[in-house]
Amino acid sequence: MAKVFIYPATSLILSDLVARFGHKPLGTALSIRERIQTAGLDSPPLQMTPDDAKKGLKWAAVEVPSGVRGRMSLFGPLIDQAEAAIIVNNPDFAFGCMGCARTDELVEFLVKQKNIPILELSYPADEDEGIIFVRKVRDFLTSLGGNS
Amino acid sequence: MNWVIPPLYAGTITKYVFVESYKATPDDIAARAYEVSGEVMIKETCFGLQITGKEEEVERVIAHIREFDPAHIYVKDRGFPPGDPRRCRANLGGARPGYFGHEYEMGFIRRIAVGLERLEESVPVAGDERKKVPEGLPVKRLMELIEQEA
Repeated sequence: MAKVFIYPATSLILSDLVARFGHKPLGTALSIRERIQTAGLDSPPLQMTPDDAKKGLKWAAVEVPSGVRGRMSLFGPLIDQAEAAIIVNNPDFAFGCMGCARTDELVEFLVKQKNIPILELSYPADEDEGIIFVRKVRDFLTSLGGNS
Repeated sequence: MNWVIPPLYAGTITKYVFVESYKATPDDIAARAYEVSGEVMIKETCFGLQITGKEEEVERVIAHIREFDPAHIYVKDRGFPPGDPRRCRANLGGARPGYFGHEYEMGFIRRIAVGLERLEESVPVAGDERKKVPEGLPVKRLMELIEQEA
């Protein structure tokens, strides 16, 4: 079972397909779960704290906006442990709470720097593309080995 | 918000179950989940379920639900447990943050369902090699629409 980083990191479709074909999807929920189940001084009224923007400095420079650094504190540890990645290019909903143009670029850059197997896709526009989408994901995940 | 919230349901996981099926409603899969619920906590929602519990228990319940309609039931992790005051719309008002992402993907998830249903077919898909059609409304289609309206 490989750890597969998915982007958009909150994607239902990618998370479901990765788990369905026998691998572990690495999405934001895992980082958030770790934060809210860990007791701390903040015992946070918010799941993100000012410290997260500092933690993000490991992956983004200090002049990068704090929003990007905050998001990187969630995505960075997932990218670090990823053994493969599936990225959907330019999804509409990766712009907003989940991400922004700079975060998207930085995540893609960091994933490509890791030299791991990557599958890049676009969301299907019709049923035929849906079939192709699922087959590509299946073939990619099968090529990673394990019990998929 | 100045509350202090202790860690909730530490050591558990929460998963969303989405259903987009003509054979099953959230009510049907909730009934099916309760058949084998064991120690998990199940919350029924408008789109499916949220299941909270120990990982192996949650996976067991999900495997049981999935058998009902494998290509139309989807699962993903959730960071927060159900009813968490930081996310629950009962406390915040309006749609829960994250809802819009689900709404976006549920809009075309039936295409994924078709892909899953036809996964084992060995016939190549017509679109495998097709050229990308430029976006926009073709003139022919526009003429058809004008004629329909006339």
